[in-house]
Amino acid sequence: MQNPYLPIPVRIDKATIETEDRNLKTFKFVYVNPEDEAKFQYKAGQFGELSVTGKGEIPIGIASSPTEKGYVMFTVNKVGLVSSALHNMKEGDIMGIRGPLGNWYPWERMEGKNIVIIGGGFAFTTLRSSIVMLLDPENRKKFGDIHVVYGARSPGMLLYRDELAEWEARDDINMHITVDGTDDPDWKYNVGFVPAITEEKAPKGDDDTFAIVCGPPIMIKFTQPVLDKLGYKHDHIIMSLENRMKCGIGMCGRCNIGKEFVCKDGPVFTLEELNSIPKEY
Amino acid sequence: MRVIKIDKKDWESGVEKLSGDYSLYGPVKQGAFHNFAPLEKGQMPDLDYVNTRLSPKSVVYPQCETMFEYTLDENQPDHHVNKEIPKDYSPRAILGIRPCDVKAIDLVNINFDNPQYQDPWWVQRRAALTTVALACNNPCSTCFCTTAGTGPFDDSSADVLLADMGDYYLAKVMTEKGEALVGKAGFDQDGSAEAGAIDDAAKAAEAKITSKIETGKLGDKVTTELYDADFWEDIAFACINCGTCTYLCPTCWCFDIQDEVQGSDGCRMRNWDTCMSALFTLHGTGHNPRPNKTARVRQRFMHKLKYYVDKYENGIACVGCGRCVQQCPVNIDIRRVCDLMNRFEPGKECA
Ligand SMILES: Cc1cc2nc3c(=O)[nH]c(=O)nc-3n(C[C@H](O)[C@H](O)[C@H](O)COP(=O)(O)OP(=O)(O)OC[C@H]3O[C@@H](n4cnc5c(N)ncnc54)[C@H](O)[C@@H]3O)c2cc1C
Ligand code: SF4
Ligand code: SF4
Ligand code: FES
Repeated sequence: MQNPYLPIPVRIDKATIETEDRNLKTFKFVYVNPEDEAKFQYKAGQFGELSVTGKGEIPIGIASSPTEKGYVMFTVNKVGLVSSALHNMKEGDIMGIRGPLGNWYPWERMEGKNIVIIGGGFAFTTLRSSIVMLLDPENRKKFGDIHVVYGARSPGMLLYRDELAEWEARDDINMHITVDGTDDPDWKYNVGFVPAITEEKAPKGDDDTFAIVCGPPIMIKFTQPVLDKLGYKHDHIIMSLENRMKCGIGMCGRCNIGKEFVCKDGPVFTLEELNSIPKEY
Repeated sequence: MRVIKIDKKDWESGVEKLSGDYSLYGPVKQGAFHNFAPLEKGQMPDLDYVNTRLSPKSVVYPQCETMFEYTLDENQPDHHVNKEIPKDYSPRAILGIRPCDVKAIDLVNINFDNPQYQDPWWVQRRAALTTVALACNNPCSTCFCTTAGTGPFDDSSADVLLADMGDYYLAKVMTEKGEALVGKAGFDQDGSAEAGAIDDAAKAAEAKITSKIETGKLGDKVTTELYDADFWEDIAFACINCGTCTYLCPTCWCFDIQDEVQGSDGCRMRNWDTCMSALFTLHGTGHNPRPNKTARVRQRFMHKLKYYVDKYENGIACVGCGRCVQQCPVNIDIRRVCDLMNRFEPGKECA
């Protein structure tokens, strides 16, 4: 009988420090048994449970894109027990991953539509997955205009800086990178909070435009009125939640909000769906 | 279904015959209370009890259980890889479980065995289990099973239902598993002529249950309105978040997962957990979406009486066993809470 709790063994192929405070690291994993890759077929927006043997498991959004083969990538903020242990591990070490888990951004529904991706802080991981997936030539032609508003406290706190610069240079995606503030005289992008930049740069909402919003609660709180003002309907605003989890498969009862298990019925919900459940997130 | 008759003088020898084929569990007296425990060879279940303190859920769902084992010793092959371990799925039977407690296993099964995922340990243990339920002739004052989707003679979940007729039992053999068990015990005296006596006893027992709840309107309530009702503070006021209500409840299934390491050997464990604990939902960042006891008490009742109702359309996640009512140290009573929830009308709140 298939055991949904059993992690797939992986090896840390590469660990990269992402931010100047050294609190965010990106881990690239390769499968110890290459045939396991077939079991880990995911879509942008899903997550996995990273299993640090001896410490525990943590739910982390998948940062690599389904179009990137041979490995899977996660960016982890150092917070507590498991994430700190993971930060102390080195390339070559063996651990486990479980998944892919949860639902994904509604790509099927968004086909042919414009997409505005709005991200703040380190909640940009599944958004990276989404952007890389969308920019794949096979996929790019299936979608309309793509805008990205992404902000961090300072330039050194932005994730995936090399890629951000590459995307800036392309003409099939409109990047609006911003920082809360900087004293860097060479900073050539925006300065200001994500909600303000969204108001300035994002297209108006209509039936053919979806917004995907991921960020700290404070950013979400101030971005929502902006999207309302821009005319986005609540079933066109897509969000991803992060409740405390253990099993990740709807069994342990930990992550529910109302009747929804964030791990299994989510983590992706439309704002319209969130309006009908308690605000326990 | 067929009805057989078991003379009480044949009961012990029948049970003894079973012990070769099944691991047996039954109610035994522990201090002032009864609980379900494995029966030693020759030990009889003590059927002179009303309700056990803890529910029998641990027979299918142990309080602590090893999920995987591993070694952290890098000289070993497969170090840091979680490994499945052999587990005992040999046949087991619970003798004298109450009908409500069997029903509860079915309610929980919806969570552990669903089209998308199957919990392998629960599923295999449940498959190995035969239940011999004992109908309640004398329910207690806190039982409200008849309005909680089950009843003192409910035969819908059990493999065998025993009705105590004084000198003998009448047994309804409900399933193939039940047939196999009575066959092995050598119980084969036809009881069909007396089947009507079971119905009479059932009616008499049901009539003794005067404690009732109403649940008919729960499904129609708007979740967010019920969540915002003004009675939650009042309900939760005395709660000390001790978690007793969840550990002893037959329909509570939440668990935690923890790694434990000694030297270079480790295992991943799962342990019953409780939504009454603040840690249950605490994020690593310090944020807690259920930050106070009112939020946690509300979660427990909303889960049993609203979220489960809406999610599975299978009634409430409570079988009316009354354990939480009896054992809550501050007398928080699910029957009162259910009444408040079922009567709730937004805007008209002075209860
Ligand atoms: C769907 C989802 C996607 C996520 N994606 C990312 C990501 O891409 N990058 C990232 O850095 N973080 C992400 N998180 C948050 C991350 O899971 C927590 O920061 C992490 O669990 C903290 O674990 P810890 O052991 O270091 O902390 P501790 O405080 O020691 O936590 C102990 C245990 O509690 C649980 N836990 C604690 N906080 C959280 C939390 N916020 N969410 C879920 N479980 C928690 C975990 O099981 C953890 O092992 C995500 C969370 C979810 C639910
Ligand atoms: S048993 Fe009573 S006091 Fe303890 S957590 Fe449950 S409701 Fe609260
Ligand atoms: S909620 Fe209380 S009465 Fe209902 S099944 Fe659980 S312990 Fe029994
Ligand atoms: S994490 Fe276990 S139910 Fe969602």
